[in-house]
Amino acid sequence: MSTKLYLYPGWLRIWHFINAILCLALIITGLNMQYSDPNTAFISFATAVKVHNISGTIFVFNYVLFFIGNIVTVNGKFYWREWKGFFQQMMAQAKYYLFGTFKGEHTPFPVNENRKFNPLQKIAYVAIMYFFLPLVLLSGVAMMYPEIIIPELSGMSGMWLTNLAHIISGFIISIFLLVHLYFCTFGTTATSNFKSMVTGYHE
Amino acid sequence: MKENRRFKIFEIFKITKKDAFSFKHEKKKIMSKKNSKSKFHIVFYAIVITLVLLIPFSMSHSTESSENKKKKEEKEEVVHHGENSNCFKCHGKHKYTMLSSDSSQSITRLMPSEYFIDTVAYYKGTHKSFKCSDCHSEEYATTPHNGDLRFEPIPSCIDCHGGDPEYEKYRFEQIEEQVQKSVHIKGCSDQFSCWRCHDAHSYKSTARENLNIKELIAYDNGMCLKCHASSVDYMLFSENETPNLIKKHDWLPNQANHFKNVRCIECHTPIVDSMLVGHNIMPKEKAVKGCVECHSSDSRLMHTLYKFQAKERRNEQGFFNGAILSGDSYVIGANRNYFLNVASIAIFALVVIGILIHGILRIILKKKNNVN
Ligand code: HEM
Repeated sequence: MSTKLYLYPGWLRIWHFINAILCLALIITGLNMQYSDPNTAFISFATAVKVHNISGTIFVFNYVLFFIGNIVTVNGKFYWREWKGFFQQMMAQAKYYLFGTFKGEHTPFPVNENRKFNPLQKIAYVAIMYFFLPLVLLSGVAMMYPEIIIPELSGMSGMWLTNLAHIISGFIISIFLLVHLYFCTFGTTATSNFKSMVTGYHE
Repeated sequence: MKENRRFKIFEIFKITKKDAFSFKHEKKKIMSKKNSKSKFHIVFYAIVITLVLLIPFSMSHSTESSENKKKKEEKEEVVHHGENSNCFKCHGKHKYTMLSSDSSQSITRLMPSEYFIDTVAYYKGTHKSFKCSDCHSEEYATTPHNGDLRFEPIPSCIDCHGGDPEYEKYRFEQIEEQVQKSVHIKGCSDQFSCWRCHDAHSYKSTARENLNIKELIAYDNGMCLKCHASSVDYMLFSENETPNLIKKHDWLPNQANHFKNVRCIECHTPIVDSMLVGHNIMPKEKAVKGCVECHSSDSRLMHTLYKFQAKERRNEQGFFNGAILSGDSYVIGANRNYFLNVASIAIFALVVIGILIHGILRIILKKKNNVN
């Protein structure tokens, strides 16, 4: 694939860069709070809270950038197009990751101007970007302004439920990050996807 | 509120759905039914998975209050002492009427709040079976009262309860010892007594009898705020201005939430293991001013606010610090779920192992393929 495709516009690269940095900061400080321990604290609780709150706030605005960007530019189509026969496609892609890649086969869904993501990538990005990120952000904002949380929902503390939603979605996003990093090595070469995210061009 | 927020999430979905449709048009393909179905499946499964994750936690949340209510109601048979009603005629109301010595004239005055007794609270309190004269002089029977009666010695807790095996679990001796060490006695000894915080006329052992944590917090903080939030009452003990509690505590994030969910004494008294409630109020420099003291698995709150419950219901539910959860509050770092912890570590480990194996195989087999 020698032709270069411009797939990652500037706003997306900026969004993604900020997103990645903040995400790491949020995961580290979040874990630090959840497993806070006076003896082995990596960062002090008070600092963790501060960093988490500030990063989270920027994260919300950054997410809005992504959300709007995906509506007003053509980038959104990569997320919402071609869901026909999606299940079979996903299976084909999974088969490739489980067997094909070891046999030196080529990816069944090569990147072109209409298809930036393979089916598994697409479903992961949609689930993260349109379900888990909104969930983690909404629950996070709610906990910053606890007055807006209803105190009780069918016998359970609203605060507690909100927090639960926050940690579970946060955890899922962390797992996504790991998997995401690994699958980003499936470019033309192991590093080409990372280069793409810097230059904007798919090689 | 919650409904609204949920609505918002769905709105986001709606917008993106529309979005998806418009892109379909662009491609000039009509979306088949099967297509839209598979998309709904995705959203549907995502919701189902989250709900399934939520279920175990919702089930483990207990409902205990009805039992306690029953217990409380049983205890509430009231003995009214006829003799007390004489006193309550004046002291049970916010105003009283006095006759002149020849009974020809009468005047009505306000009852000073210090001398007013809430009779309803009195007959619900621990000392409800007491006659007024059990603690106060019989001479009060004559009105107007002799002014010197104000100097009568009033018994404090230890005078009746000290050395009594029946009250052993309350540790009155230790309480007395601690109060003597506290800033209250050191700072304003002659004015201070147990009754400044615990009104004998309405006292109830809230920490033991009332398992509703929110009520306990409000009740206990009320004791402190009676003086510390009032310039008038504070004046009785100090020449200084009442410190502004909001400002003094502005280092606390989410201050209002903290004030509603913990008591002053959580930070302002040292923990004594043998006592339910520490009574040694420390000078402000010695108060706890950190986060992890409470926000950790070894939360200080388990030894203070939740001590009673913690002993009663030790880590049921598989929660670390399960008792804290029953208080409707969430303490970051202290509310950890054992199963969730194990599950998350397991999932994390599996993912890492999976990636490692896959990555190593990829590298090895690629070399092989290249050689071939
Ligand atoms: C250190 C952290 C990260 C690195 C190195 C990284 C790397 C990359 C790379 C190389 C790509 C391009 C390949 C592709 O399109 O799949 C990419 C795309 C993407 N990443 Fe990341 N990523 C990181 C963190 C994150 C995080 C935290 C999220 C979301 C929570 C995220 C969401 C995405 C999305 C949605 C795309 C596709 C963007 C688009 O083309 O529309 N990434 N990432």
